[in-house]
Amino acid sequence: MAVEGADIIKAAAFLGAGLAMGLGAIGPGVGEGMAAAKTCEAIGKNPREAGLLTRTMLVGQAVSESTGIYSLVIALLLLFVV
Amino acid sequence: MAYDIQTWVKLAAFAGGGVAMGLGAIGAAIGEGYTAAQANTAVSRNTGMSGDIFKSMLVGQAVAESASIFALVIAILLLFIDISNATVLKAVSLFAGGLCMGFGAIGSGVGSGLPGGQACLGMVRQPAMSGRLMTNMLIGSAVCQTPAIFAMVVSLILIFMDFGGAPLCPTWAALLGAGLSMGLASIGSGMGGGFAAGASCEGIARQPDSVGNVTTTMLVGQAVAQTPAIFGLLISFVLMFKAYPESTALSPAMALLAAGISMGFGGIGPGIGNGLTAEGAVRWVARNMNYAGDLMRIMLVGQAVSQSTAIYAMVISLVLIFVV
Repeated sequence: MAVEGADIIKAAAFLGAGLAMGLGAIGPGVGEGMAAAKTCEAIGKNPREAGLLTRTMLVGQAVSESTGIYSLVIALLLLFVV
Repeated sequence: MAYDIQTWVKLAAFAGGGVAMGLGAIGAAIGEGYTAAQANTAVSRNTGMSGDIFKSMLVGQAVAESASIFALVIAILLLFIDISNATVLKAVSLFAGGLCMGFGAIGSGVGSGLPGGQACLGMVRQPAMSGRLMTNMLIGSAVCQTPAIFAMVVSLILIFMDFGGAPLCPTWAALLGAGLSMGLASIGSGMGGGFAAGASCEGIARQPDSVGNVTTTMLVGQAVAQTPAIFGLLISFVLMFKAYPESTALSPAMALLAAGISMGFGGIGPGIGNGLTAEGAVRWVARNMNYAGDLMRIMLVGQAVSQSTAIYAMVISLVLIFVV
């Protein structure tokens, strides 16, 4: 198996992209789920505020999502740019 | 040190068998321990019902046990498999099969234990609902087993598939990636399904009238929580059945391995998150039945957002397989 420098760099970039996206997806997935679980609880307690609660949940989840998007950006950079 | 290929395949099969049973024992043991702990709490609240509680504890634990029995089956298969046509590819696929089943049994084992425990507690709280609680526990924990069943299917395909003339490089990485993708992605879905099922048993015991709404919400929530495992299954099927051109370079192999790693780890978080959301929704449907529709809607919106990271991981996996 002839392994050259450029090939090793590419292989490492691919592996890095997989690890970045895979591990990076764990946190936002759990965090957004927790936010949604608490929103269900809050709507159960106070259904009249459902609109406000949904809005708050979505904003909170969007912030939590940002780390997932960072992972996606890094993965795409590793795949296509570096 | 020169070993013949037969020795290497045996080595891979034995290592795979050990990994399958070792990792596969983690989840079921935790889940069953939780069931037993809740059953003890229940008995201490009402010693007169200890017989019924004991029975439902054992039924709940038996379902949770099945994930590790799948792992045991795969481990025994790997120990005694006939390796007449030994190739390096066979060695890799046997090890990947063990890895897949080992990781795949963790989530389902933990998840299935939760409804069992809550059903035992619920029987003490609401003895008249014992039958209904048992039914709900069985449905809920059966759904939790599906990720482990997916993992067993992929594992059996990896063990018995004939790869014929497929080129060693990069197919070895695709097979390892397929095992990791399915195995790791089922951890989150198995646990997530259990959260929802546990909350449904608790909810039925608290508010017996809500049984219909609670069961519906539980099943919808669990179905969404299963999707990361289904993405994992999809990626591992693509990895196993796609034909790859022979290449001596390292990078195509690493791209395929990374595709499996990305989808596998990427499925864990959304599976758990979707389960937590479903748990919250089911719990509050039981407490505030009039708003079951609103809660179902908000659950689905929340789960959809939580799901997005699993979809990113799947996109990266597909790019790694088909584009780069």
